[in-house]
Amino acid sequence: MAVDEGHVACGGDWDGRWNHLKKFLERSGPFTLPDFEPGTETLQFLLETCKILVIGAGGLGCELLKNLALSGFRNIHVVDMDTIDISNLNRQFLFRSKDVGRPKAEVAAEFVNSRVPGCNVTPHCQKIQDFDESFYRKFHIIVCGLDSVIARRWMNGMLISLLNYENGVVDQSTIIPLIDGGTEGFKGNARVILPGMTACIDCTLELYPPQINFPMCTIASMPRLPEHCIEFARILQWPKEEPFGDGVSLDGDNPEHIQWVFMKAQERASEFNITGVTYRLTQGVVKRVIPAVASTNAVIAAACATEAFKIATSAYVTLNNYLVFSDVDGLYTYTFEAERKENCSACSQVPQDLQFSSSAKLQDVLQYLTESTSLQMKSPAITTTLQGKNKTLYLQTVASIEERTRPNLCKTLKELGLADGQELAVADVTTPQTVLFKLNFTS
Amino acid sequence: MAANKAAKEQKYDRQLRLWGDHGQEALENAHVCLVNATATGTEILKNLVLPGIGAFTIVDGHKVSGEDVGNNFFLSTNSIGKNRAQAATELLQELNSDVSGNFVEEVRAAGSYEMSQIWLDTCLRLGAVLWNAEVPFLVCRTYGLVGCMRLVVREHTVVESHPDNALEDLRLDQPFTELKNHIDSYDLDSMEKKDHSHTPWIIIVAKFLEKWYSEHNFQMPKNYKEKEAFRELLRQGILKNENGAPEDEENFDEAIKNVNTALNATKISSTVEDIFSCDLCDNITAQTPAFWVMARAVRDFVRDDGNGILPVRGTIPDMIADSEKFIKLQNVYGFSPPESISEQEIKMFCKNAAFLRVVRCRSLEEEYSIESVNKDEITSCMDNPDSEMVLYLMLRSIDRFYQQHSHYPGVYDYQVEEDISRLKVCVNSLLQEYGLSVSVKDDYIHEFCRCGSAEPHTVAAFLGGCAAQEAIKIITQQFVPFNNTFIYNAMTQTSATFQL
Repeated sequence: MAVDEGHVACGGDWDGRWNHLKKFLERSGPFTLPDFEPGTETLQFLLETCKILVIGAGGLGCELLKNLALSGFRNIHVVDMDTIDISNLNRQFLFRSKDVGRPKAEVAAEFVNSRVPGCNVTPHCQKIQDFDESFYRKFHIIVCGLDSVIARRWMNGMLISLLNYENGVVDQSTIIPLIDGGTEGFKGNARVILPGMTACIDCTLELYPPQINFPMCTIASMPRLPEHCIEFARILQWPKEEPFGDGVSLDGDNPEHIQWVFMKAQERASEFNITGVTYRLTQGVVKRVIPAVASTNAVIAAACATEAFKIATSAYVTLNNYLVFSDVDGLYTYTFEAERKENCSACSQVPQDLQFSSSAKLQDVLQYLTESTSLQMKSPAITTTLQGKNKTLYLQTVASIEERTRPNLCKTLKELGLADGQELAVADVTTPQTVLFKLNFTS
Repeated sequence: MAANKAAKEQKYDRQLRLWGDHGQEALENAHVCLVNATATGTEILKNLVLPGIGAFTIVDGHKVSGEDVGNNFFLSTNSIGKNRAQAATELLQELNSDVSGNFVEEVRAAGSYEMSQIWLDTCLRLGAVLWNAEVPFLVCRTYGLVGCMRLVVREHTVVESHPDNALEDLRLDQPFTELKNHIDSYDLDSMEKKDHSHTPWIIIVAKFLEKWYSEHNFQMPKNYKEKEAFRELLRQGILKNENGAPEDEENFDEAIKNVNTALNATKISSTVEDIFSCDLCDNITAQTPAFWVMARAVRDFVRDDGNGILPVRGTIPDMIADSEKFIKLQNVYGFSPPESISEQEIKMFCKNAAFLRVVRCRSLEEEYSIESVNKDEITSCMDNPDSEMVLYLMLRSIDRFYQQHSHYPGVYDYQVEEDISRLKVCVNSLLQEYGLSVSVKDDYIHEFCRCGSAEPHTVAAFLGGCAAQEAIKIITQQFVPFNNTFIYNAMTQTSATFQL
């Protein structure tokens, strides 16, 4: 088939286009899955039927879109609520300086659709939470390139909520595989999650190190590091002095704001003979910047896309189920099977055990929900059923309800009318579904 | 000009936090040559162009085929039939206007060196030229679901290796004069609670170590039992309130937690000792690279003034303490920003003296020669027949196949079965020729025919990320490159590094 100079008809393939993939789809091999059947149908499935969702159009997202498009996936959706920033350009290669300020999902889709004929990337410039089951249910595979643990847990919870159980056994047709990638500097990881079957995000929550916050007394009266001085300016001086007007909160993306914090931090530092406060450090601390390069994102996104290809085609055994990568000293990978947690708060289907004395306060329960390493909730809302009626025990995210339910925090569980074995339903930003807990009085 | 500089700082902000301004400067002064704009090649370049390498040149005599466009993001359909170097340069250049992109489309490249159709041939001949010219050479290849990278560099020195979990250099076992004096200036017993609770744990451990010495013949706690006894000593040192219950002293908690590592003997690692015993360290001439001159200087210091240990690193970790005590202690250890540039370099070297690394790779000739092939490494790895080493042997075998049949195995559908047996012959002749008594499972021979030298994009992208970062390590001289063969198995998502 001769190809005209210039444009190929939109959607049209050209001679040899899929040669690199066909070898794996049209030939039998020793390492394929048992259900693999060589032939032309699999390529057709990829090109015409398979619907894949990419979450995030940033460092990993851009790489994922390219990788999937060149692996035969055509029906691709991408979700990202962010707009392009100049600091993205060192690795998010679908964006140029002229695109700064535009929505990432939109620009990414435009670029890939233009560069890869026939590829149809549909952008969604929204938060993942803006969509419900009806949206997510439509996809064969979901690949995440997120930069927040909370968002990952939400996605994880969403896919778990789609599962159907019959006699305690999960209906395989309701499982949507989730491939999750993460990077930080020269390190990264990629994992494959089959919700309801293999370890989910919450099963291995302890793998995510908690965010480091400096103690307030250090910041307020005993700074030693330049970071302490910066946090002093950010946390204490800004709210007090409101340098850019009443109620104007600190915007990490506003250079003038950062400059103000920088100057204040320098003043504090010189008071205590601390060196090392720089504009770059200030920005890093205020925005909680994670260093990033193109190469690590390339590696992790490639691993994720390879798994997506394997899942969609059965051409090879899928990663089971966690890959860790680092190229600080030589190159290092470690592959292992993360295990399911028997009583995982997200995927185990059993109500979580809450052991408290009946004279413990509701405040104690709240503290446990936020501080436990296996739960790490952010602002849980606790409800229960008392005398046949739904009752909110405490809810933080709506000011009026918070005020009304705040006195409950100081009451004991007994005073609140809760009995041994009582079920509590807890809602939180880390999960789209409420988590069920069962109260177990220890005394 | 200034506006451009500011824009670059913003653009490269996320990577400047990893290799600093001096690392970025090295990158911007670098010129990289890519031979063959395959998917693997353009993916590597993409990851070098984005961070702002100074310039690149692509050498490629091939014309773009439909197949090429199918797996390469930097080739488009309107470049089919055109020179591949030129086509790829356009789309790579477009990624970053700070970078200067060039191409050479002639089959005969600069230096009248003819590019052979035979991949291996090209590699070995180019390898010899670059080895003599002392230009680092990175050979990368994606073959089916296997990626392979070989670094060929005679000697690469690293001062800033950025080790992940380095132990602190506290010198508690042999405190230098200023540290000793500073420790002496504290009298824990006479302190008020506020001061007592905000004394750096390093001081606390030092003080109690003195007590320990007087009762243990000046020997440090050595084993678990002794360290536990020392920890108990520390616990006893915690202030008590009126009721005799211990107060909340976080600095003492820190001291107890750090006993394990703080009491280790200060000594030079074998890696650094090896560097000191190198010939290059002995025979300093006007041509000797700065690394070895400084290494020699440090070695002389160690042997004379240093009493067998390195110059003090100068940094301490953060710890519970009031500002004044912490800053004073920090200054005792010597933390102070350097003045002149050369002083900066020397200070950088001293600060990193415990983490110096030298990477020396064997040449391709050594790897491929029957006399010097690394038989031990190959045979011991093959004790596990599914080790990544089998993939290396298969890559060597398919090159042998190409030499005999002028095509790679399994490229043509109708020949797959036939090629499997022919490939097996190549595998066996390779093993025999090199005297390797290992066996290669048939499954791998089958797989390497099945893939018909295809280059799936995702595997090329993985290798592209790996290779680019190794190139950046060489250019910036920060972080440690691999030595010398890296194999990635996308089927199992595993990898290994061999020194061949």
